Amino acid sequence: MDFSIATLLAQDGLTNGAIYCLLALALVLVFAVTRVIFVPQGEFVAFAVLTLAAFEQNKLPGTVWLLLALAAAAVLSESLTYRREPARILRAIVGSALPCVVAAAIVWGVWASQAGFALQVLATVVSVTAMGPAVYRLAFQPVATAPVLTLLIVSVAVHFVLTGLGLLFFGAEGARTSAFTNASFSVGGVNISGQSLLVYAFTASLVVVMGAFFKYTLFGKALRATAANRTGARLVGVSPNFAGRLSLTLAAAIGAISGLLIGPITTVYYDSGFLVGLKGFVGAIVGGLASYPIAAAGAIFVGLVEAFSSFWASAYKEVIVFTLILPILLWRSLTTTHHEEE
Amino acid sequence: MNPRILLAVVVGVIGIAPMVAPAFYVTLLNYIGLYSLVALGLVLLTGVAGQTSFGQAAFVGLGAYTTAVLTTQYGMSPWFTLIIALAITLAVGYLLGIITLSMGGHYLPLATIAWGISLYFLMGTIESLGGFTGITGVPAVTLFGFTLEKEGEFYYFIWIVVLAGLWCIANLLDSRPGRAIRALKQGSTMVEAFGIHPGRTKTAAFVIAALLACLSGWLYAHLQRFVNPTPFGINQGIEYLFMAVVGGAVSVWGAVLGAALVTLLKTWLQDLLPKLIGEAGQFEIIVFGVLLVLLLQYARDGLLPYLQRFVPTPPRKLPAAGDRLPHRTMPAAGAAVLDVNAARKTFGGLVAVNDVTFNVNGHEVVGLIGPNGAGKSTCFNLISGALEASAGSIKFMGTELIGQSASDIAKLGLGRTFQHVKLVGTMTVVENVALGAYLRGSKGIIASSLRLNTADEAAALAEAMRQLERVGLAAHAHDAANSLPLGKQRIVEIARALASDPILLLLDEPAAGLRYAEKQQLAALIKSLKGQGMTVLLVEHDMDFVMGLVDRLVVLNFGQKLAQGLPEAVQADPAVREAYLGA
Repeated sequence: MDFSIATLLAQDGLTNGAIYCLLALALVLVFAVTRVIFVPQGEFVAFAVLTLAAFEQNKLPGTVWLLLALAAAAVLSESLTYRREPARILRAIVGSALPCVVAAAIVWGVWASQAGFALQVLATVVSVTAMGPAVYRLAFQPVATAPVLTLLIVSVAVHFVLTGLGLLFFGAEGARTSAFTNASFSVGGVNISGQSLLVYAFTASLVVVMGAFFKYTLFGKALRATAANRTGARLVGVSPNFAGRLSLTLAAAIGAISGLLIGPITTVYYDSGFLVGLKGFVGAIVGGLASYPIAAAGAIFVGLVEAFSSFWASAYKEVIVFTLILPILLWRSLTTTHHEEE
Repeated sequence: MNPRILLAVVVGVIGIAPMVAPAFYVTLLNYIGLYSLVALGLVLLTGVAGQTSFGQAAFVGLGAYTTAVLTTQYGMSPWFTLIIALAITLAVGYLLGIITLSMGGHYLPLATIAWGISLYFLMGTIESLGGFTGITGVPAVTLFGFTLEKEGEFYYFIWIVVLAGLWCIANLLDSRPGRAIRALKQGSTMVEAFGIHPGRTKTAAFVIAALLACLSGWLYAHLQRFVNPTPFGINQGIEYLFMAVVGGAVSVWGAVLGAALVTLLKTWLQDLLPKLIGEAGQFEIIVFGVLLVLLLQYARDGLLPYLQRFVPTPPRKLPAAGDRLPHRTMPAAGAAVLDVNAARKTFGGLVAVNDVTFNVNGHEVVGLIGPNGAGKSTCFNLISGALEASAGSIKFMGTELIGQSASDIAKLGLGRTFQHVKLVGTMTVVENVALGAYLRGSKGIIASSLRLNTADEAAALAEAMRQLERVGLAAHAHDAANSLPLGKQRIVEIARALASDPILLLLDEPAAGLRYAEKQQLAALIKSLKGQGMTVLLVEHDMDFVMGLVDRLVVLNFGQKLAQGLPEAVQADPAVREAYLGA
C-alpha cells in the first residue's frame, strides 16, 4: 500500500464513517429519549435513496403506498384505542394519520408535476420524516413502559415489517441517485469530492448541535428526563408520547438526509439499511448509547476499519467490522459500572 | 383435563404421526422438532431469565457446520463431532456471556446480532466450508447399529431428543438453580442477598440455550445430509425468538407450541402471499413482524396461558419429610454479633453516613430509626453489602464486612428483607422461601436437569415449609406470591430470610405500607423470633411500631448518630424530639 492508496482508503472510510456517524447520532437520540434501540433506522436511509431514485426515473415512488399503509394502520389503531371515547377518535386520527397522508400527497404532487431536483429532494425528506412518528405511534407507544428488552424485540420486528414493505413497494432493484455537486478539490495532491465535503460538514454540525441541544437547552433536558422517568416527566408537564414521536421524527429526518448523502456514493437496495444501521450501532455502542461525540468518533472508526479491511481482506470486510463489536463490548464492560434498572 | 392424560395424548400423537401422516407433514414435524429445541433454549433465556439472543441461528449453524466439516473432511463419527460441537458452543457462549452479561440487559442481544452476522458471512466466505453452496455428503447417524437414513426414522430420533430436552429444562426450572434463574428478573440486589451470582446465573442460562441450539443444528445436518449458510442467518435467529414469544414463557411447552404455530403459519403464508401479491419474495416477514408487535402489545406472555386455562395444574405435592438441613450455632445472649465502628459513606461531596458507630448483641432486637433522609437505608446497605462503605469498619461475628460482596456476606449468616418487596410473583410462596435456602443446597444445573437432586430438593422444600409454619403462613404455601396482600408478602420475605439460617436478621422498613392489624402481627412475629434466639436489626421510621418492640434504639439524623439507648430514654431525648417534630 502506498500513500495515494492509503489516502484514498482513508477518504472512503471517512465518508462512510460520517454516514454511520449520522445513524449513530439518531440511535443515541432515540435511545436517550425512549430507551428503544432503534434497529429500523437504516430503513429510513434506504427508503430515502429509493424515493429520490424513483423521482429521477420519473416513476411514482413506492413511498406513497408505504405512507398510505402506515396511515391506514394508524386509523385502525386509533379507532381501537379510543373505541369507547368516540369524541377523541377524530383528533387522534388527525394527529397520527394525517401527516402520512399529506406527505403521500406531496410525493404524488411532485411526481405528477415533474418538479425539479430541489423539490424532489424536499419531498423525499418530508415523506421519510413523516414515517417516524407513525412508526412510534403504531409500534412503540403502546409498549412504551416495557423493559428495554421488550422494546428491542419490537424494534427488530418493526425492522422486519419495514424491510418487507420496502420489497413490496420499491421492488428488489438497487438504485443510485445523482450527486448534489460534482465539484472536486485538490488539497496537497489529494482529490476530495464536493459530495464528501457535504457529508463531513453536515455530520460535524449535527454532532455539535445535538450535543448542545441535549446538554444545554431546557427542552433537550426534558426529552432526556422522559427516558429516565415517564411518570415524573408527565407530572412536570412533559408528554412522554410527544417526546417519543418527536425523537422518531428527528431520527427519520436524519435517516432521510443520510440517504440523500449516501445515495450518490453507493448502490442501495430495499434491505441495505440493516447493515448500514448496524454499523452505526457499533459506533453508538462505543459511546455507550449515551455520548454524542464518542458515538461519532466510534462510527468514524468503524468506517475506517471497513475501508482498510476491504483493501487487505475484502471478503472478510463484514466479518471484521461485526467482530469488532466484541472487543468494544469487553472494553466497555471493564470500564463502566453497571446501574441496575429498577 | 388432567395434565398427565394430556401429556400422554401429546406423546401418543407424536408417536403415531409418521405412520399415518403424509410425508410432507412428517417433514414439517421434523422441522418443528428441530425448531422446538432452539425455542426451548429461548424460553429459558428470554421468558424465564429475562435476557435474549438474536443469534441462536448462529449456534445452530455452529453445530451443523462443525459436524458437516469434521464428518466429511476428517471422517469422524457423528457422535464424536456432537461432543466437539457442544464443546465449541460452550466456549463461545461462555465468552459472549461473561463479556456482555455483567452490563445492561441490551448488550447481550446486540452482541448476538453482531456475532450472528459475522458467523453467517464467515460460513459463506471460507472456501473449506463450501462458501454459499455449502457442504454435501454429510453421513447418516448410526444408532445401535441401525442407520437413520429415512425421514420417518430420523423423526423418532428428533422427537425423543426434544422430549428429553423438555424434561430436563422442566426439571431444571423446578430446582435450586432453576429458582435462581427464575429470580433473575427481580434484579441483582435480591438474588445476591441469597448468595446467587447474577452474572454467572445469566451466563449459565445463555450457555444452556446455546447448547440446545447447537444440538438442533447437529440434528439438522444429519437429517438434511447437507448444510449451507442460508438457514443460519440473522433472519432465522429472529424467527426463533418469535417462536419463543408466540408460545410463551410460562412453560417449556410454549417452545413446542411456538415452533409449531410459526412453522405452520410460515408454510401457509409462503403458499398464499405470492399468489395474493403476484410476485415471489419473503413477504411472510411482514405478517410475522406485525404479529410479533401485536403479541408484545397485547399478550406479552404468549399464547400458552390462554390454553393453560383449560388444564388446571393440581397443587404440587411436597416431599413428605426431607432431611433437616444443618443449622448454625447461634451466638449466646449478649455476645457481640455486629459491630459498626465509624462507618462512613460518601457519594461525591455528600456524606450520607457520617462516622456512625453502634453495635448489636446476641438475642437483641435493635431498631435503627430516624426521619426520612437520615441515612438509615444507606447504613443498612453498607451492612448487607449492597453498597460499600468509604471508611470505617463493620465487623460481623468478628469478620470485617467492608470489601466483601453481598453474596459473601450472605454466606456469613446475614439474612435480609427489602423495603420494596422483592418476591418472584410467578413462583409459589414455598418456592420463594426455598430460594432463601439457596446457599444451604449444593446440587447444580446438570444434577437438577437429570432429577438427581431429590434429596437436596426435599430438604430445601421441607426447610421452606418449616419457616412458613414458623411465621404462620403455611396455609398459603402453594399460592402464587403475587396473590398475597402486601402485609403477608413482607412476612414471606422474613420467612425467606429465615430459610437462609441467619445469625442476624436485617429488616428494611418491614412496617412500611402496612395496616394497623398487620403491624401488630409483624411485631408479634419479631418478638417470637427473638424468643427463639434470633438477633434482629430493623430499620424503621415508624416510632410507634418500634417502641414496644425493640431492646435498644439507634437514632440517625443527617447521616450522624443522634442518640442511642433504651426506647423510653431515646423518646424523651430533646434532640430526638426536635429531629422528629421539628419543635
